[in-house]
Amino acid sequence: MTVQENTSKRHIEELLRGKEEEILKRWVEISSRPLRGRLNETQTAKELREIYRALLRSFDHADGATELRALLAELSRSRAQQGFTPGETAMAVFGLKDAVSELVEAEAGVEALRGFLWLSSTIDGLGLYTFEAYTTAREKIIADQAEELLELSTPVVKLWEGIVAVPLVGTLDSARTQVVMEKLLQTLVDTGSEYAVIDITGVPAVDTQVAQHLLKTVMAARLMGANCVISGIRPQIAHTIVTLGIEFGDIITKATLADALAYALRKSGVEVVGRRQTRVAVRTEES
Amino acid sequence: MERVPILKIGDVLLVSIQGDLDDQAVLTLQEDLAEKVVTTSAVGVIIDITSVEIVDSFVGRMLSTIAGMARMLDAETIVVGMRPAVAITLVELGLTLGGLRTALDLEKGIALLGRANESAETLTAVAK
Amino acid sequence: MVDTAEELAITSNDQVVIVRQKVRSTAIDLGLSLIDQTKVVTAASELARNTLVHAGGGRARIEIVQAGLRRGLRLVFSDEGPGISDLKLALTDGWSSGGGLGLGLSGSRRLVDEFILDSEPGRGTIVTVTKWTR
Repeated sequence: MTVQENTSKRHIEELLRGKEEEILKRWVEISSRPLRGRLNETQTAKELREIYRALLRSFDHADGATELRALLAELSRSRAQQGFTPGETAMAVFGLKDAVSELVEAEAGVEALRGFLWLSSTIDGLGLYTFEAYTTAREKIIADQAEELLELSTPVVKLWEGIVAVPLVGTLDSARTQVVMEKLLQTLVDTGSEYAVIDITGVPAVDTQVAQHLLKTVMAARLMGANCVISGIRPQIAHTIVTLGIEFGDIITKATLADALAYALRKSGVEVVGRRQTRVAVRTEES
Repeated sequence: MERVPILKIGDVLLVSIQGDLDDQAVLTLQEDLAEKVVTTSAVGVIIDITSVEIVDSFVGRMLSTIAGMARMLDAETIVVGMRPAVAITLVELGLTLGGLRTALDLEKGIALLGRANESAETLTAVAK
Repeated sequence: MVDTAEELAITSNDQVVIVRQKVRSTAIDLGLSLIDQTKVVTAASELARNTLVHAGGGRARIEIVQAGLRRGLRLVFSDEGPGISDLKLALTDGWSSGGGLGLGLSGSRRLVDEFILDSEPGRGTIVTVTKWTR
């Protein structure tokens, strides 16, 4: 760094230190303006003050720079969660330039101007960093949601004592099918159920891999001592399975979930009788 | 060398495999069981693999062989308690253990054995 | 990139058991799912037994490897046995030279993510398998 640059840098540093309150106030005003009350101003002021202090420290110490980046990442993360765009987050950081430039203009010195150019490029770097942090935070949120969705979209429900079902809805990919099937097999053990119904009424299409996974699950359940019934196979899926030449062998398939349940009930020795005037169905409900 | 104990309850033999057996212990168990089926004239064999963490092709073959031998000696074999991870792995390995009867747990295995014997007795009665 | 590596001898039935146990504990350390642990330990059991039965013994190397963001468990089984003349045939389901079910090589290939069989008659056999974390 040349002597001249060093002098300009020190000049702007002094300006930042000396007029901290004034600059901060302007910065908060400028960066809150485009957000129009979507953010709590006290909270923003607190966040920006911390960043400002860390920026000042970063001039002297390397530690300060690490702290500054951590604060910026935190800012990006919280803004991403609140639904702000990366542009809005970066603009909040760039607002510091405007706040300082007003003072520099008033001063109108060469040193101040040079120093401002240096500060400006530093702030550009910080703004870009919030972009990166924002993207990372966003990706994390998406990954978390995808995982939650996977959990949510794969319920294994108990239909009757000894009969569980997993209603599959939407497109099945290999990973999701695997997760569902593992969960289904574990449920068989946990509940001591000998019958499992895999209902694929809500599945528009299957590929070879997914069909193979279904087939393997049925075989695995059989090894464990349980029986699987697949219900709700659409004509297109039946066509796919036949065309792909997948051997579905002696797997029990039923047209609807109701048929599958009736089959499982019959197999486990439960008789379903229609309620007539005095006759009561299988189980009387305890009120 | 460790030997897997074989328990006799009524006319059923019960084997509970614990821990990781080496191939020799597996073969010994196979021989011991065949011997016991004959000497006790058992009608059923239950092999509990609840605590078995892996079943490879060697153990899988042992299970099938025991079932086959027992059948020839007029006893039914039921393997109970296979873990989901073990079942998935066996399927992937290509081992379907055809001819082997299975149940989720010991209780269901015993019930299954009872049903099998009942129907066999009914058949004999009808034949008479 | 190899993070850790351990080498075990396979010369008897109990050493096959030790290989299985070591592979399991490494798979747990690596954070493989229960299903993946079971698959890789089963594959290790098949391959270790092959080494013992077909070559009279050999070695198993257990490594934790890293490729980009993924980490994996790599197992290398090597022996100085008779080797395999027809690799394609050896990987066919149901084909066996040792009186087994013929699922050792072909079956364990389906249990792992990567499978490399390197063998020539008279030069011994090296089987390298890898299971990656998800």
